[in-house]
Amino acid sequence: MNIYDTYEVVIGLEVHTQLLTKTKAYSGDIAAYGGEANTHVSVVTLGHPGSLPVFNKRTLEFAMKMGIACNCSITKVNQFARKNYFYADLPKGYQITQDKTPLCTNGYILIGEFGKEKKIGITRIHMEEDAGKSIHDLDPFYTLIDLNRAGTPLIEIVSEPDLRSADEAYDYITEIRKLVRHLDICDGNMEEGSLRCDANISVRKKDEKDFGVKVEVKNMNSIRNVKRAIEFEIKRQIDAIEKGETIVQETRSFDGINGSTKSMRSKESAHDYRYFPEPDLPPLIVTEKMIDDVKKEMPALPKQLMHKYIEQLHLSVYDAEILTSEKNVSLYFEELITKTKNYKSAANWIIGPVKEWCNTNAKDIFEFPLTTNHLTEIIQLIDTGKINFTIVTQQLFPALLNEPNETAEGLAKKLNLIQQQDSSLIEALAEDALAKYPEKVAEYKNGKKGLMGLFMGEVMKMSGGKADPKIATKILEEKLNGG
Amino acid sequence: MSFEFSSILQMQEDVRLGKISCRDIVSHYIAVIETKKHLNVFLEVFAEEAFQKAEATDNKIKSSEKTGKLFGCVVALKDVISIKGKNVTASSQILKNFTSLYNATVVERLLAEDAIIIGRTNCDEFAMGSSNENSSFGNVLNDLDNTKVPGGSSGGSAVAVQAGMCMVSLGTDTGGSIRQPASFCGVIGMKPTYGRVSRYGVIAYASSFDQVGPFAKTADDAALILEVIAGKDEHDATTSILPVEEYSKEIRNQKSAIKYKFAYYPQAIGHEKVDPEIREAIYNTIEKLKADGHSVEAKDFKYLDYLVPVYYVLTTAEASSNLSRYAGIHYGYRDKGATEMEDVIRNSRSKGFGKEVQRRIMLGTFVLSSGYYDAYYTHAQKVRQIIRNETENILSQYDYIILPTTPTTAFGIGQIKDPIEMYLADIFTVQAPITGNPAISVPLFRHSNGMPFGLQIIGKRYKEKELLSVTKLLQQGY
Repeated sequence: MNIYDTYEVVIGLEVHTQLLTKTKAYSGDIAAYGGEANTHVSVVTLGHPGSLPVFNKRTLEFAMKMGIACNCSITKVNQFARKNYFYADLPKGYQITQDKTPLCTNGYILIGEFGKEKKIGITRIHMEEDAGKSIHDLDPFYTLIDLNRAGTPLIEIVSEPDLRSADEAYDYITEIRKLVRHLDICDGNMEEGSLRCDANISVRKKDEKDFGVKVEVKNMNSIRNVKRAIEFEIKRQIDAIEKGETIVQETRSFDGINGSTKSMRSKESAHDYRYFPEPDLPPLIVTEKMIDDVKKEMPALPKQLMHKYIEQLHLSVYDAEILTSEKNVSLYFEELITKTKNYKSAANWIIGPVKEWCNTNAKDIFEFPLTTNHLTEIIQLIDTGKINFTIVTQQLFPALLNEPNETAEGLAKKLNLIQQQDSSLIEALAEDALAKYPEKVAEYKNGKKGLMGLFMGEVMKMSGGKADPKIATKILEEKLNGG
Repeated sequence: MSFEFSSILQMQEDVRLGKISCRDIVSHYIAVIETKKHLNVFLEVFAEEAFQKAEATDNKIKSSEKTGKLFGCVVALKDVISIKGKNVTASSQILKNFTSLYNATVVERLLAEDAIIIGRTNCDEFAMGSSNENSSFGNVLNDLDNTKVPGGSSGGSAVAVQAGMCMVSLGTDTGGSIRQPASFCGVIGMKPTYGRVSRYGVIAYASSFDQVGPFAKTADDAALILEVIAGKDEHDATTSILPVEEYSKEIRNQKSAIKYKFAYYPQAIGHEKVDPEIREAIYNTIEKLKADGHSVEAKDFKYLDYLVPVYYVLTTAEASSNLSRYAGIHYGYRDKGATEMEDVIRNSRSKGFGKEVQRRIMLGTFVLSSGYYDAYYTHAQKVRQIIRNETENILSQYDYIILPTTPTTAFGIGQIKDPIEMYLADIFTVQAPITGNPAISVPLFRHSNGMPFGLQIIGKRYKEKELLSVTKLLQQGY
């Protein structure tokens, strides 16, 4: 047995997500990403003497959405707290956060394959403000400070130590990112730092009851790097234990270039943040009505949609996963299925041609030129046999993309793509086709049924592809079998 | 032209009648400030702006334009209150050359009512102190006896009114910083209910205690100032939405026949630290109130000895965090020798803050540190709640609580060297900020040593009108 398999890995993740509110958490300053350095700053952001915070209610709304999405209890009486530490990009010398009364507690999310999901506990979600940015590489002598980010609202999502592998951690953050994007509360961009993750990792022998000593790993700027960092750390810890060394509680930093972690600070030098209730802000009271109002505004969540698509619409797990992977895709699909009952076809159109268009053009589905009315029409044209599927994909669909102001049927008529359903016309074509191949007709009658394809091909060719194949087949069969 | 100040309303009538102009009034005060420069009251005098405002007001009156409630009113501000474009230092080297980018809400409100801001006054560094000896810009002298302290921390604002260098002034009170110097200087000093006056733009000492309040010679003037500065402020989440009464009008029209119910703590008045003459004066007042038909009853208050410890644990905790922003990084004093971030912060703070401020930051850091947090901070929070409940309980049965403002009259400069002894002198003033109740020091008495002292009255929450009303009553007949 592999020595690594004799260990169990225990991981808990802390995910910080930057909320997409227009203004900052405790001031009216603009919270947008970027901007010329130190332009989104008032005396409050600058922490000037005498300035005071005023809570932005949108922060609460966004945080509650996430809490509800993670099946958390929402705390009714919320106290803000100060977390004290000195750093150049923290102008007040403390961060306003929540300590003893996090807004959301005791929730969970589901990760993993549909039908075999694993519950990952959410210990808490709390609201806080971000610090500014220290820029070390712009000036040869000085560290520069940009306070545009200082005071922007964050939520910190803390998981229970329920994750058992790097893959589970990967799935967990992917799910968290999907949720925040779905709820429109964060853009989920790890590279720009709007979603950040710290991992607490420990290992223990499989029969061990107590957790091992945990190590905190920081600075992983992509989901892939979270996985890499955890994989590295698991191996490092097990190797160390196997060598008879003890794991020290510490904070380590991940280096994306060589995929390793290195020590940042030990437990002894850890900060004492001296949390205490923020006296400048009165307690924030959340009422049942406020919770209900937020619930009413919440979109259906990816997991709920998965269930719906699989159980009610009878789509495959694969289809359902693709349709729920991005919020806008699911919104488009949701709109489409209010107009057509051919769910499978609706799903196929989105997963196929529509997504292909998005990928080719690197655009969001909301920028896709055709409306759900177009797709509804197309599905109906095919289902009623008015137009052949191949003709739609090859001719009508590309044409519509260029002329999205047309209706699908209108453009099909204009381009003369509507299938010939007039049986007398098709009958005439069928007669012509059979007359063209008398020997083949005889062969068919002698049992070579495979020749039907030849006759069909001829009818289609003569009709310019517009003959309804069902009708044509029927007429040809009648003529061949009857005569 | 000579000017003698009696009250804001009288002054305004004289200006309207053309007996004197606002410009003359400002000249008068500038002259007094110059004459009494040795008192070290003002850190900066805004002569130019004061004259401009005075002339603008004189022009308004000439052209019969509407004038604000405080037109002609010459106000001095404790140097913890931010004025746009002016320095604000909290009497600290760490903010020595710091210019504020904005007006405190109280400044906005004063200016909107045409007040004339004459200057910023000296105080204890970051409002920490009881004698003004902690200012990094030198002591303020008591105008009645220059060897005595004016009290603190708002000593400059108290002396400014005492010595006639302005009509009224603003101070801040965290543990008695308005009432104690008012008592030492023989003027009215009032701490409003916590949440009554905006703290926006006021340099914080202890956020859940700090309140801005007026110094004045009369209850009417204090009332007028307070009604201008009080009220909900969208920039300060701790301000109350309760409407502000027109205190000045209300107390002008008050009936003298109202009979009040007072409580007093025999343990407080009888406390061993209380000067016998102060004790006697207060007992005499109690007798006189009774004789006038008011009810005055002794009330047991068990928590007297807990007040100062609770106060110092909680205020230093908050202060240790509030003063973290003064780090030499973004503004204020920076130690030039330091190059690394940690050294910049450490050295700037070590050199920029005075001794008492550093002492309180260290105390506060200690009581919040892990391992000691529950024993000190959490415990003190609990006791604060108990004291609040008990005070609430007393004030549900009585209109007011009577206390000495201070156990002694103004002491000599340099006389108290032990910080603990200095802290204990706050024993009677810390209750009101611990509970958030309004309290006022009324200048009723003069000691045989020549120095004045006040009677302190604690009122019900948001009952500033009643507090000013009883002040007026006492000033008239006691």
